[in-house]
Amino acid sequence: MILTLVEKDLEGAPVEVSLEALTFARTLSAEGGGIPVDAVVVASGGQSVSDELRKQLAEYGVRTVYEIQGEAASAYAGAAWASAILSVREQSKSVVVLAAGTDRGNELMAHVAARAGVAMAANVLSFHGLAPFTVTRQVLGGAALEEMVLDQRPAVFSVAGHAVEAKPAETPGAADVVEVSAEIAVADLVARVVSTDEPETDESGGLKTARVVVGAGRGAGGPDGFKDIEELTSLLGAALGVSRVVTAAGWRPHHEQVGQTGTRISPELYVPCGISGAIQHWAGCSSAKTILAINTDPEAPMVTRATYAVIGDLHEVVPAINAEIRRRRG
Amino acid sequence: MANVLVCIKRVPDSSSEVVLTEDAQSVDGRFAGFTMSPHEECAVELAVQVTAATGGETAVFTLGDAEAAEQLRSALAVGASAATLVEADGSTYGPADVAREVAAVVRAHESDGTSHDLVLLGNDAADSGDFQVGIRLAYELRRPVVNGAKLVSVADGVVTAKVEGPEGVETYQVPLPAVVTIREGGVEPRYPSVPGRMRAKKVAIEERSPSAEPSGPKRVKLTLPPPVPSNVQILGEGAAAAPAVVDLFEELGVLAR
Repeated sequence: MILTLVEKDLEGAPVEVSLEALTFARTLSAEGGGIPVDAVVVASGGQSVSDELRKQLAEYGVRTVYEIQGEAASAYAGAAWASAILSVREQSKSVVVLAAGTDRGNELMAHVAARAGVAMAANVLSFHGLAPFTVTRQVLGGAALEEMVLDQRPAVFSVAGHAVEAKPAETPGAADVVEVSAEIAVADLVARVVSTDEPETDESGGLKTARVVVGAGRGAGGPDGFKDIEELTSLLGAALGVSRVVTAAGWRPHHEQVGQTGTRISPELYVPCGISGAIQHWAGCSSAKTILAINTDPEAPMVTRATYAVIGDLHEVVPAINAEIRRRRG
Repeated sequence: MANVLVCIKRVPDSSSEVVLTEDAQSVDGRFAGFTMSPHEECAVELAVQVTAATGGETAVFTLGDAEAAEQLRSALAVGASAATLVEADGSTYGPADVAREVAAVVRAHESDGTSHDLVLLGNDAADSGDFQVGIRLAYELRRPVVNGAKLVSVADGVVTAKVEGPEGVETYQVPLPAVVTIREGGVEPRYPSVPGRMRAKKVAIEERSPSAEPSGPKRVKLTLPPPVPSNVQILGEGAAAAPAVVDLFEELGVLAR
């Protein structure tokens, strides 16, 4: 059996990347002669699996939905959740345990693998070959790929976001719900969330979800080099994102950073100004639908990877764009 | 008092092009240069803050070749007072191997009378991106672990860690000894001062041999993603390109007020 951890959003619906992980699991199942795909969910706030969630998991071909209840299902504790997932693994006789490559998905798979004494592959893109089971995963924030053998059982891994497109199954699954109340050791509850402060405002200025993002990098030249870029951001009703060079130099705060160790954006339009497009940055903006790069260097990776580009100094190009927008608006 | 050990890794600088070694087992950083993983720069800063507040000491650990001493010295220059290098070819070590080597050093120091009440690591290394060494270390040491914290403080033998979770900022309060993995963004790493650099040069780095043969990373090989052919459409040069840019904005419908 293939056991997939399904994470839920605040409304109790499965998150998109978990549906992608289920789609990945189904492909693996087909390759493995149709071994069933099961899901494991953790009950939250005493809620049991809603009809809506069950219906959606059925559409994604899930045979059995294991729902973890009891002590493990109250506040989040990585070790406790992993312990419960491993109980389900025993019960379902799973040979593969996977999750979406979210912060929590990677964390839980690491716990599961450490407890089971097996390897774990983070951010898997594809698999090729079942004997031995070989996967390709992202390293260096996606700038390189690693081929890795998962020859132990269970094979534990996380699926990188957007590695596959979430697609319902041709034949729906039964999605029978099985409640699991695993016994949790006291030691596994020591590191547990004691309180959660709901974010009052989106500190990233809505970067993560912005439709348009204007970016600025080394080309800004210094902490005073952002005036025109801020104006363009405001004219476009966009969010401002910067490269790591900018935050490391202290020109702008970290919460504006786009990249491997900052916010990952996926806007309709990204306008990086004076950003060369190093791996660190590209890892955070490669999901943008359209990229318009403004850069002095026509050979810069950001320019060659962009959809559109203007070659020039941002301090000349951006004010001219701002003036043109104002002119057309009269 | 809380003593903190920070585990750091020498990684290829991610600001330049990736080149693989001939055996396709690692990234060739000879041209790009090397740095410390960004998450770990913040881990060092947090450790120095914790030890300043509690009167403990910050030590740093790395596993790698002799050149990795450069990254240990960077940490010594910003406030760490001791450093350990386990000299080994890091590309032949998997996450479980590295966790075992860190645990061996923690235990050895403990039996020599130096405790590492809190061990900090980066959430994930900038190169191998395994997302698991800290968690494996916690199981090796039978300690609780908090993953992906941006802020850490210690008072009365309890570590408080703040993590940006899916529903908001989560607070953990965990009794020491503990392991916490750090994510960049909660603190600004300080710049080394001149006296700091001078002091760092004088510290003797403890060199140790690995405690066991590595079982390996289960890596078959590294590859580079196929180059994406450039389809960029150049709209123009300098300020003269502005009308074409605004035409594009109109076409994409992003100018609507």
